[in-house]
Amino acid sequence: MKFLVCISNVPDTTTKITFTPDNKEFNKAGVQFVINPWDEYALTRAIELKEAQGSGTVTVLNVGEADTEPNIRKALAIGADDAIRVNAHPKDAFFVAQQIASIAKDGGYDVILMGKESIDYNGFQVHGMVGELLGIPTVAPAMKLDMSGNTATLEREIEGGKEIVEVNTPFVASCQQPMCEPRIPNMRGIMTARTKPLKVVEPTADAARTEVAEYALPPKKQGVKLIPAESAGELIKLLRNEAKVI
Amino acid sequence: MSVLVVVECDGGEVKKSSLEVASYGSQVAQMLGTTATAVAVGEATEANLAKLGEQGITKVLHDAEPRLKDFVNGAYTKLIAAASQKEDSKIIVLANSNIGASVGSRLSVRLQASLATNVVELPKTDGGSFVVKRGAFSGKAFADVKLDGDRKIIAVKKNSIEALHEAGKTAQVEAFSAQLSDADFADAPKQVVMQDQAGGILLPEADKVVSGGRGMKGPENWHLIEELAQALGAATACSKPVSDVDWRPHHEHVGQTGITVSPNLYIACGISGAIQHLAGVNSSKVIVVINKDPEAPFFKAADYGIVGDVFDVLPKLTQAVKELN
Repeated sequence: MKFLVCISNVPDTTTKITFTPDNKEFNKAGVQFVINPWDEYALTRAIELKEAQGSGTVTVLNVGEADTEPNIRKALAIGADDAIRVNAHPKDAFFVAQQIASIAKDGGYDVILMGKESIDYNGFQVHGMVGELLGIPTVAPAMKLDMSGNTATLEREIEGGKEIVEVNTPFVASCQQPMCEPRIPNMRGIMTARTKPLKVVEPTADAARTEVAEYALPPKKQGVKLIPAESAGELIKLLRNEAKVI
Repeated sequence: MSVLVVVECDGGEVKKSSLEVASYGSQVAQMLGTTATAVAVGEATEANLAKLGEQGITKVLHDAEPRLKDFVNGAYTKLIAAASQKEDSKIIVLANSNIGASVGSRLSVRLQASLATNVVELPKTDGGSFVVKRGAFSGKAFADVKLDGDRKIIAVKKNSIEALHEAGKTAQVEAFSAQLSDADFADAPKQVVMQDQAGGILLPEADKVVSGGRGMKGPENWHLIEELAQALGAATACSKPVSDVDWRPHHEHVGQTGITVSPNLYIACGISGAIQHLAGVNSSKVIVVINKDPEAPFFKAADYGIVGDVFDVLPKLTQAVKELN
């Protein structure tokens, strides 16, 4: 079975967010980039399923410029077999979805996995766009994924519960915990990753439908009002009379 | 060419987040000099749908197909696409929920529409452009996004828009059939499992949340969180370390890689306030932090704080709420 795992290159979760002086772009200076944490569930689960099946391949796909390659190599070190980088700045979700759909179609992948959303843009859009472009089902967000032959059983999170869904390949799923325990690279993985194939291709479509006009940081908090622990009950009065939230 | 609003219903009632979505849609319609039509998904009664008039909705399209009770991606997408065609809608507004994101992303391709999710404010339409503000970087920032093209889909974040309540106004409920076939229900769920929620309040829908961290010392102490939550009518939540060690289920985990909440009141008990946790809660209107460590970073993000032992403070708060009620 052929797995395609789409990963995104995002600022580390501890990053303090700042923007370029015109507020049009994220300020990358001094920022450590990581594989999007949600995508790690997709990657590890694909590797686990391939191992359980005893055959097949896991291909990692990233839409990004050359600076994303260290994290693509990391995905190879974790256990993917090969990688494709679409050499382009990911303009928006639709732009990225078109690249993924084109590669998925040409490569004949059976299972297309990605994280629920990226922790930078938080779009939660690409899964459905890819599914619709390819005319195949999407399951989002998936908390569990098991395969039996060409049939997948997934647990899909809904507000307040979950649905058990069955789909046949090919399909798209966007993944989140507790799907698996994301793996970290070991030394052998890091060594072999260096020689695994990483193909760079040019984008096939150029259309984007949205554009960020400006970024802004949330307004600063006024500062905390401390209430002595001995008179904790006072807090409840403040919440009713001052903050008016209860 | 009315604005189309997708309202999610459950157990006969319109979800609170969808009342906000309806209010958003009717205000956009007013800005554009048109009316707002809703299309209902899930299980809804006609009486409750008619009440959407209070949120400024003129007409509600209702497909009585019983299999629409549970979420089915294919069928919901087709239903909404058909409704948008009937109404010749250029703008579709839905909730930024798992259903809204699943359907909205497919619709954007099918209808060749631009899509913005996680939207927190009404659009700005100066000079012919259409710009919406959305949350980005997991709650650490906002982005003003320009939506191109004739058709636009907007997914509205919960609790960011005040629901309108114009008492006495009713919407006209109209039977509508999207001619759904068995094939549209191919990805129907085999089974739907709902969680037991403390007090029946769903965390993503809650407007008050009481949350516990490692400072609670163990799952056996969670009754202190639950008692305060119950007194307040709040949902319960937890930090990532707590769900990682299985003190609490994953669906209560709030943070960057868990659920993002934006309630009116978030009370954090024994949570230090790691940046990943703050990302999940910092759009809450009022944040209260209770922690025995005065240096806990969470205090910097809080509106009210108590430096003290949660085991001593929580019962006092619960008592004070009971006295107030």
